[in-house]
Amino acid sequence: MATIHIDGRPCPARPGENLLQACLEAGADLPYFCWHPELGSVGACRQCAVRQYSGPDDRTGRIVMACMTPATDGAILSIDDAEAREFRASVVEWLMTNHPHDCPVCAEGGECHLQDMTVMTGHAVRRYRFTKRTHRNQDLGPFVNHEMNRCIACYRCVRFYRDYAGGEDLAAFATHNDVYFGRHADGALENGFSGNLVEICPTGVFTDKPFSAVYSRKWDLRGAPSVCTHCAVGCNTIVNARQDSTRRVLNRYHDAVNRYFLCDRGRFGHGFTAAPSRLRAPLARIDGRPTPVPVQDALRRFQMMAQDGPVVGIGSSRASLESNFALRALAGPARFSTGMAEPEHGLARLVADLLRASPARNPTLHDMESADAVLILGENVTVTAPRAGLALRQAVRQAAFDIADAARIPRWMDAAVRTLGAEACSPLFVATPGPTDLDPIARATYRAAPDDIARLGFAIAHGIDPTAPDVPDLPEDAARLAADIAATLRAAARPLIVAGTQYGTAALPQAAAAIAAALAAHNSAAALSLILPDCDSMGLALMDGLSLDAVRALARDGGIGTLVVMENDLTRRLDPAALDALLAAVPHLVVIDHTATPLSARADLVLPSASFAECGGTLVSTEGRAQRFLQVLFPDPPLQAGWRWARDLAQAADPGTAPVWQDLDDIVAAIAAEIPSLAPIGRAAPDAAYRLDGARLRSEPPRISGRTAVRANISVRDRPPPAAPDTPLAPTMEGAYGPAIPGALVPYYQAPGWNSVQSLNRFQQEIGGPMRGGDAGVRLLDGARQDETPRPRSAYATAIPAPFVPRAGEILLLPEPRLFGTEELSTLSPPIAARVEAAALRIADDGGATPTIALRLNGQRVVLPVIRDPALPPGIALCPPHMALRAFAAPAWAIVQPHGDDTP
Amino acid sequence: MFGILRTLWLTFLHLGHRRVTVGYPETRPALPPRYRGRIILSRDPDGLERCVACNLCAVACPVDCISLQKAEQDGRWYPDYFRINFSRCIFCGFCEEACPTYAIQLTPDFEMSEYVRPNLVYEKEDLLISGTGKYPDYSFYRVSGVKIPGKDKGEAEREQPPVDLHSLLP
Repeated sequence: MATIHIDGRPCPARPGENLLQACLEAGADLPYFCWHPELGSVGACRQCAVRQYSGPDDRTGRIVMACMTPATDGAILSIDDAEAREFRASVVEWLMTNHPHDCPVCAEGGECHLQDMTVMTGHAVRRYRFTKRTHRNQDLGPFVNHEMNRCIACYRCVRFYRDYAGGEDLAAFATHNDVYFGRHADGALENGFSGNLVEICPTGVFTDKPFSAVYSRKWDLRGAPSVCTHCAVGCNTIVNARQDSTRRVLNRYHDAVNRYFLCDRGRFGHGFTAAPSRLRAPLARIDGRPTPVPVQDALRRFQMMAQDGPVVGIGSSRASLESNFALRALAGPARFSTGMAEPEHGLARLVADLLRASPARNPTLHDMESADAVLILGENVTVTAPRAGLALRQAVRQAAFDIADAARIPRWMDAAVRTLGAEACSPLFVATPGPTDLDPIARATYRAAPDDIARLGFAIAHGIDPTAPDVPDLPEDAARLAADIAATLRAAARPLIVAGTQYGTAALPQAAAAIAAALAAHNSAAALSLILPDCDSMGLALMDGLSLDAVRALARDGGIGTLVVMENDLTRRLDPAALDALLAAVPHLVVIDHTATPLSARADLVLPSASFAECGGTLVSTEGRAQRFLQVLFPDPPLQAGWRWARDLAQAADPGTAPVWQDLDDIVAAIAAEIPSLAPIGRAAPDAAYRLDGARLRSEPPRISGRTAVRANISVRDRPPPAAPDTPLAPTMEGAYGPAIPGALVPYYQAPGWNSVQSLNRFQQEIGGPMRGGDAGVRLLDGARQDETPRPRSAYATAIPAPFVPRAGEILLLPEPRLFGTEELSTLSPPIAARVEAAALRIADDGGATPTIALRLNGQRVVLPVIRDPALPPGIALCPPHMALRAFAAPAWAIVQPHGDDTP
Repeated sequence: MFGILRTLWLTFLHLGHRRVTVGYPETRPALPPRYRGRIILSRDPDGLERCVACNLCAVACPVDCISLQKAEQDGRWYPDYFRINFSRCIFCGFCEEACPTYAIQLTPDFEMSEYVRPNLVYEKEDLLISGTGKYPDYSFYRVSGVKIPGKDKGEAEREQPPVDLHSLLP
């Protein structure tokens, strides 16, 4: 640890960081614009000027840009120096000359980095009396608003969008004062991370468009820590709410997971919480029509139903652990289903077993960024786990970092490192049936059917460790590629294998695990990451239960009296015939869900549950990290968390033995006590009894406005704050708050003088490091690693699939999810829905020219537009799941119908 | 003894003075325009709502009696609802000071007594007047850089025409 002297005060600094970071870590107020902890320094804005002295005897010193100067031991600098202050004041004055008089009508106002920095430098009066430069704005699609007049040309947006996220349709145009950041023409920003521009932009050029429609100032928003529910990565978010509605989702920093960025699906997918399809009251089928009934009536109806035979519960990979567990308690462990059909059900368990048994590391997202050789084996990571895709994109930069290290250029010196390493890319191999967003930065891509990709994987494992089973009859080009990849992975210091369950075959995760195991024999840093589809898939895999197919068998045997489905739309999981057969064999169907689905329309009893913003719960990410989301809204009854409905149903059915959990901590403790693999989840976040400085934490900023007027049109009487038994956050502006707040409980980021999201710097132990109050979540799968006992070396899987053989007259439909449109809940959000493109089938170039293709699958006929892709192997077709074919989610052979044959 | 006599003297002395108390409501006081009474929302010289729903009045209010929700039409911000709970208002005038557009103004009217508190909750319809109030000339959108109907980019005060991105000239 080095020591630097800031205005005579000795402060610790990490060697190798820059002075700006060191000053911010020391708690000093030093203004900056172009530097970003994740993007590094370019020295463009000249705002962080300080005076540095060469030694104790140097009285003159010199002005340096803090962000471009490495912190060395004994460095002496002055932020308070008169000339440095004047320098910074004149820089901000220049930046402000063209800034419009917009703050009152700017959505950034109140959380604007430019406002903060202007106040910090003391620029209060505009002396510039000439005309201001203006720009025309562009329509950048449903996510981001554009107001170019406000730009201060810090270049952060293009550095993030192009350099970091790999986007190509945002660029800087024109010169000097006229620099313009936009697209070549109006149109939606194509990159899946465009929403981060809202947080990246230090001023109001890029603002959140859906939030603007329901706008509130930052000081008026109640916040609560949450976890994204739109994929299995488990990005940490902050949900903001006011007046009984969610307003927006912001990134919540987690050192090891999502860090500074979220994908657009996570940021803009929360709109389903306010969708018209939300369920608000219990509905019972009376005379064939769903009719709202009181809660007591609904529970009585369930009591009658429960007397007609055994209750079977179907859980859901999009419901919290608590809801699933309460349902499991209601139905009994032997009659609880994970709500996943085969092959998904088996794959989720396989992934959990592989990650637990693998001798390779199970990396966090941040670990994945530092992998120096990556193999993606049969998973389109950029759509199934978008944020992980962004992390893999950073992994390619490791080679550039190595060159920079050799040249003794600090890694944060962004422009220099990127120039120096422009030609150097760490190896990334992408083996997928279809194209992925990572292809342009991949060293090699391999297009094949999933079985052939798995064979390639097993061949690589054999190439690394000859004791691994060999793959017979591998084509020569694949064998050559396998040898090349094997050699590259063996040579790498931190190799990473990524696979998943997208293509519904066990061979891919098994092949990935085999490669990782082969690597781990030589290299303890080898890592294996396996990706599951939904936010709680891993939780269900650890909880375990029947598959949907087992439930169907049970129903066929007449073993189900009442089927209780928790937040699961079975029409997306079972094809219509199978679902009809299941429901026909079940006398009573009860659906607990927050959103009306085609399944809830067929239920005898529908109970309205709370969405992620309205209740607390725990989700287990694909990495095996249990994370808590807390409630930000306190809905009026009868809306309540799914687990409370399951508890109430259990009490209605059998008051004697039913569980009596009162609050979230009770049920979390019950889960931990009953399911050993989930025992640590209590540590995922502090419980409701947590106190900081003897007080609950506040979830509203201290300057929240309108408390005595906001409900005055309904009643002028004061209403007591809602009871919040499930959360340590008080639902008011009263309570403790400070930089030492635990990472799992951050309701918003704010520090004195820092009102924008940049105030995050004050909450970290070091810039880009863990939170001062500790990171959120607890990892469940590496218990063995923590006790440092060597894990058993997993035996290599021997079930090497046969080569894929195309069939005449049939085509293998493979699920190819999309960022927007195939995930269930986000598609209900209006901005996401606006970005959904019509379903289309991607097939190999068959020489045909017809714009559509007709398929028959499980008795359903569907006509889809086709995209012919010469790179795609013949005999397979990539089809977005759940779109044209609602229940389609796993590979299936479909019959190709010739044109003109309209047999339904 | 002297003290008592002095007090009596002073009391009787006031018998001859002119009365300060006036009979209200028969006689009404002349209040200056800057008197801090009933709050109104004014319109700009073009007759459009001045309030841009920036929320600064609400956050400046020490008793939190102002609540509003932003809405937007063609680039213009305006309040979807604007509510002042006058049963809480302390007429401090901070809202008027905070207002960047001169929309919210306090007036010399103080006659607001009601028998029930809900009648003191004023909505936008109750607050919005048809004139400009104390500041006849100011229009925020003539100064601001945002584009609204009738004022394109570069047409605000002290603005250059929008940059032509196809030109390479400096």
